[in-house]
Amino acid sequence: MSAHPHRELYQQVILEHNKNPRNYGPFPEATHTSEGYNPLCGDHLKIFLKIGEDNIIDRVSFEGDGCAISRASASMMTTAIQGKTVPETLALFEEFQNLVTGKLDPDRQPHHLGKLTIFSGIWQFPSRVKCAILSWHALKGALERQASVSTE
Amino acid sequence: MPMDIEKIRSDFPNLRVKVHGKPLVYLDNAATTLKPQQVIERITWFYSQGTSNVHRGVHYLSEQATAEYERTREKIKKFINASKTAEVIFTSGATESINLVMNSYGKSQLKQGDEILISEMEHHSNIVPWQQLCQENGCVLKVAPINDNGELCLDAYKAMLSPKVKLVSMVYISNSLGTVNPVMDIITTAHEHGAVVLIDGAQAAGHLAMDVQELDCDFLVFSGHKIFGPTGTGVLYGKADLLNRMPPYQTGGDMITSVTFEKTTYNILPYKFEAGTPNIAGVIGLGAAIDYMLDIGMDAIAAYERELLAYGTEKLGAIPGLKIIGTAKDKAAIISFILPNIHAHDLGTLVDEEGVAVRTGHHCTQPVMNHFKVPATSRASLCFYNTKEEIDILADAIRQAKTLFP
Repeated sequence: MSAHPHRELYQQVILEHNKNPRNYGPFPEATHTSEGYNPLCGDHLKIFLKIGEDNIIDRVSFEGDGCAISRASASMMTTAIQGKTVPETLALFEEFQNLVTGKLDPDRQPHHLGKLTIFSGIWQFPSRVKCAILSWHALKGALERQASVSTE
Repeated sequence: MPMDIEKIRSDFPNLRVKVHGKPLVYLDNAATTLKPQQVIERITWFYSQGTSNVHRGVHYLSEQATAEYERTREKIKKFINASKTAEVIFTSGATESINLVMNSYGKSQLKQGDEILISEMEHHSNIVPWQQLCQENGCVLKVAPINDNGELCLDAYKAMLSPKVKLVSMVYISNSLGTVNPVMDIITTAHEHGAVVLIDGAQAAGHLAMDVQELDCDFLVFSGHKIFGPTGTGVLYGKADLLNRMPPYQTGGDMITSVTFEKTTYNILPYKFEAGTPNIAGVIGLGAAIDYMLDIGMDAIAAYERELLAYGTEKLGAIPGLKIIGTAKDKAAIISFILPNIHAHDLGTLVDEEGVAVRTGHHCTQPVMNHFKVPATSRASLCFYNTKEEIDILADAIRQAKTLFP
């Protein structure tokens, strides 16, 4: 662990996405939606998806209350999955989950995470892993048509 | 005599721990307190030299363990000024104590339509058991409101009292707001309407002197681990006449006087409520924690913590944008706060980098968070081993965190 492990967590990209989240707010054409809730800290967010007939995520957005990690993660997730197919998105979910729990080393193992590797250090903060993964669980819930998911 | 803080701090080995290379600044005492060496040594003594079961054998170690275990009961009796030793029941903590009262007193004495009155500032552990009782036997849960300073609305509370209210269960000191409730007034007026009163003293026991005879509460609960004792220890005080009317909560060994397959007779108080082998080492350690606090003196502790609260309120209050949640006139040394651009969890992680331990979240009081329309707060909860310098370190860490979230 570096001398300033938290500084690694709060990198500019994360702070910037927290301040100016992309794809924020619901949109009327959403075909799938789901809520994510972390009872530990009260973080709460909703995911909205429009999935086309070709099984491609045409549009995705989120809204909700949460810490910088959960907001930035949700914002970056929306930009990462836009235009991907549902199977590609589910595969990315797996990769992201492995990344934030320390099971995937982005420098040594193949992956499709791109900018999302910024969350690679978070496994060092077990209580914050749930913040990073909350939007992804909500996304999975929306794809599987569950009304709400919980990180507990 | 002023407290010797340096000497006190040297008694707590956990204070010498470094966090991320910085000295630990432990400001999470409302969650659990650190333990003095004297408590640790008693537990070590029990497991290294005194191990035995209690109330069982005639052999030397068992007699000794029983005597030490019961000695703590005597200490607790004096600590809360109970009139009888048998009114002190050991549990695993305040939560189990409340669940005991709910399961035993609640299920046997309360019936459909009876009202249970709590407050809006209760910890979940003083909400959920009563909700469960209401579901099971048709009681009705009523909630006395709080105002925007985080104080109980006493007039509204009194107006809610009626002969239908059979039980009032209220917190002495709020864990998320620091409010000290006017428990004397709460208890006296409840008794005028014939209600039985439980006081949740989890945040009070380690910070001010409690006298159950003066308060005249019917039940008092608190945890050992929040008063410098081991985890998994707690106390239920109950008036003997009430406890005698209550059926056992759990059954098994030690809580019986005789068992045949046809009939079992229950043991006398307090053993009726202590089924199975208790947390012997923990209870013996708790005795050392009580001694430790009484050596300093509860009045001296309360006076010093008032000083810390005043300093902390001024120091944190001076940080631009910081808002203190919980501004009751009568407050314990608990400071909950929010910052406009920083979520509590981010602040908690960032001050941790400076070695500062604060609690962040809803503090198991979601209704309080709803009242103040905040998802979470950060909470610094102080005790007698904390110093003004530590509050300065917290304030500096908050200012530093703010630079990341302009």
